[in-house]
Amino acid sequence: MQQDWINALVGGLVIGLAVSLMLYLNGRVTGISGIIYGTLNPHKNDMQWRYFFAAGLFLGGVFLKIFKSDLFSGALPTDVSTVVVAGLLVGFGTILGSGCTSGHGVCGISRLSPRSLVATIVFIFAGVLSVFVFKKIGVL
Amino acid sequence: MKIIMKNSLSALIVGFIFALGLGISGMTQPQKVFGFLDVFGKWDPSLIFVMIGAIIFHFVSFRVIKKNHKPLFSNDWHVPTKKEITPALIFGSVLFGIGWGLGGYCPGPAITSLASFEMRPIVFVVSMIGGMLLFKMLDSKYKFKR
Repeated sequence: MQQDWINALVGGLVIGLAVSLMLYLNGRVTGISGIIYGTLNPHKNDMQWRYFFAAGLFLGGVFLKIFKSDLFSGALPTDVSTVVVAGLLVGFGTILGSGCTSGHGVCGISRLSPRSLVATIVFIFAGVLSVFVFKKIGVL
Repeated sequence: MKIIMKNSLSALIVGFIFALGLGISGMTQPQKVFGFLDVFGKWDPSLIFVMIGAIIFHFVSFRVIKKNHKPLFSNDWHVPTKKEITPALIFGSVLFGIGWGLGGYCPGPAITSLASFEMRPIVFVVSMIGGMLLFKMLDSKYKFKR
């Protein structure tokens, strides 16, 4: 249990370092949903870095997979159709809501953005309610 | 080196470090996310420290970095400045939260988890991009005020 808390804190600090580098080097917010959405809306000169960022996220995953593959354990044992619905909601919701855990939850709150503060409280509450309800009706 | 290439290599390195942070923290394990959101069940609050750690670091670094005249590889800052709390912000965040609870992935960990080459993260990411494309389609028609 205590080890989990330490891992979470260390991982969080590493994420803090990553988003700080993005700001220092490129002057950008590391909002993952927004970066991915940008690749679906082609603008010249604003595309390549997005693909490179996604590649970095993936290659980091490859590195983790090689050295500690159990970090990818624990998928939820739901129907595949549930995974599809979850993905659609996350894709649609993060763009309508202008951000996800990284853009709002980390970058936005760090600069005390009122929009990000509200969004983060809302999506955490919605997530808690979602787990409560879907557990109750037997989906989760 | 051209500036576009510098931006791209920076983004590649940031993405890589970010993924390591996600893996170390436990965010790539949907069961842990489930435990974090299962407040009324067997609650495992440990993941709150991911946000705490990241915010503590960036709360300080943001202020230090913004003292610079401009970013190293860009002529301007590209940080959002909107302040208005819109219905889209709330409603979109509700939908995101529901999906997050249902799948156990938010966008970053989902993409990093593609490297496990397992079915669920792949299905999730494809659906997530589908949801974004659906938004794009509706947005071109209705022009949502985000």
